[in-house]
Amino acid sequence: MTAVLYDIPGPRARVRNTLFGVVGTLVVLGILAFVIYRFAVTGQFDPRLWSWITYVNIQYLLLGALGNTLKAFAAAAVLSLLFGAVFAAGRMSDHRWVSRVSATIVEFFRAVPLLVLIFILFFGVSRGLGVNISAYWAVVLGLMLYNGSVLAEVFRAGVRALPRGQSEAAYALGMRKTQVMTNVLLPQALRAMLPTILSQLVVVLKDTALGFIILYQELLYQARFLGSQGQLGAPILQVAMVVAVIYIAMCLILSGLSKLLEKRLRKSPRGGAAAADEAEREEEYAATL
Amino acid sequence: MNVLLDNIDLYARGFLGTIELFVVSAIGSLILGALLAAMRVSPVPILRAFGTVYVNILRNTPLTLVIFFFAFAYPRLEIADLSYFTRACIGLILYTAAFVCEVIRSGVNTVPVGQAEASRALGFTFTQTLSQVVLPQAVRNVVPPLANIQIALLKNTTIAAGFSVTEAGGIYQALSERGANVFVGLLWVAVGFLILVVPLTLLQRNLDRRWSTAR
Repeated sequence: MTAVLYDIPGPRARVRNTLFGVVGTLVVLGILAFVIYRFAVTGQFDPRLWSWITYVNIQYLLLGALGNTLKAFAAAAVLSLLFGAVFAAGRMSDHRWVSRVSATIVEFFRAVPLLVLIFILFFGVSRGLGVNISAYWAVVLGLMLYNGSVLAEVFRAGVRALPRGQSEAAYALGMRKTQVMTNVLLPQALRAMLPTILSQLVVVLKDTALGFIILYQELLYQARFLGSQGQLGAPILQVAMVVAVIYIAMCLILSGLSKLLEKRLRKSPRGGAAAADEAEREEEYAATL
Repeated sequence: MNVLLDNIDLYARGFLGTIELFVVSAIGSLILGALLAAMRVSPVPILRAFGTVYVNILRNTPLTLVIFFFAFAYPRLEIADLSYFTRACIGLILYTAAFVCEVIRSGVNTVPVGQAEASRALGFTFTQTLSQVVLPQAVRNVVPPLANIQIALLKNTTIAAGFSVTEAGGIYQALSERGANVFVGLLWVAVGFLILVVPLTLLQRNLDRRWSTAR
């Protein structure tokens, strides 16, 4: 597409493009240089502010924090897949009341901000109902409710996008409702949906950072803690940068996996182009937060 | 009901803050996102690379971290003294723009190649091709997901409340100081967001349904 918007550049266009390129590069480099200059002026390159990286205790502290992040991510990922499966099945149920109730629940949790959900679980439930929920479970359950609802929609869209002939043929062969779903529709839908599901898991991983706000001891929490240590020179900028690199690396790995899968699914003839298209559209719904 | 009525001033201030934050960030992210999208489809390779790097980094960073950076680390650079509100806006804009860019770019890419080829064959110039053939068709593919991203932004503004911006997500703190029932109070916050989000979602779905058939 983009190549059709313009001709292969001639000599004048090439000069102009080079000019744009040079100007753009200068602007970007200028911004970068300014930031680095501010770093230098405010003494952020001072070796004392970076020395914390070499302390073994701090490395263990960060490793533990990373462990906590991954622990919350793993539990939330599994639970939201389960939640999604249950409520997708509920929404596709033939019984009116089941599908209505599931639809209401899914829509409710999709519309309420995740942080408000976590607050309700952490501050509200303990004071209002007397049930104490730890910070860990508040994060995990909040992520489950929100991402599970999104995934429920993803699953449902995947099944709905399959050609109607699939289920019709299965019914014609004498299969039951459950058999049609588990043996015919789900295997195809899951295949087409896998990239979307993975990119939703990236969202789960990113959102574990919200635990910081309710003082769950994950990466950002420890970053704030280290950043306020006076004897290290309060290196919050440096710690934030290191933590950012860790987060970006983890998310890039996960999204790389999802892109790889998508490419492989595109190549195979059985992928179901319609389902893949629908999956892509649904992805735009889902993979925002 | 009492919790809501007794603290109506808190709720009014909180949700006003949310809407303010949302409007500023929405406009900012649309402008920056469009600029980035233009970079990513431009004929200048180096600009395309900058756009790609920006989008890939920002999309894979938690928003909490972006706002964390602007709330705690940015003051260390002593560039300019900005309020928490401004810094939260900058964080939200930088983060959301990456998603806006992707939606615009993929929207332009979904217009069949033949459309542009045909208009080029008819002798339309680049500007004419873009403004009269490609963009009117791309709008159908762009607006519904764009609306989705702005809805997500509206919900994301609550994260700013975790960093002392006056905002609906922060209502619970004031409530617990006043000794009100936090659980009920938070449920009212959730209801407030439902009132804001559900009409937008319905509008977005309506647009999506009407335009997807015409594609």
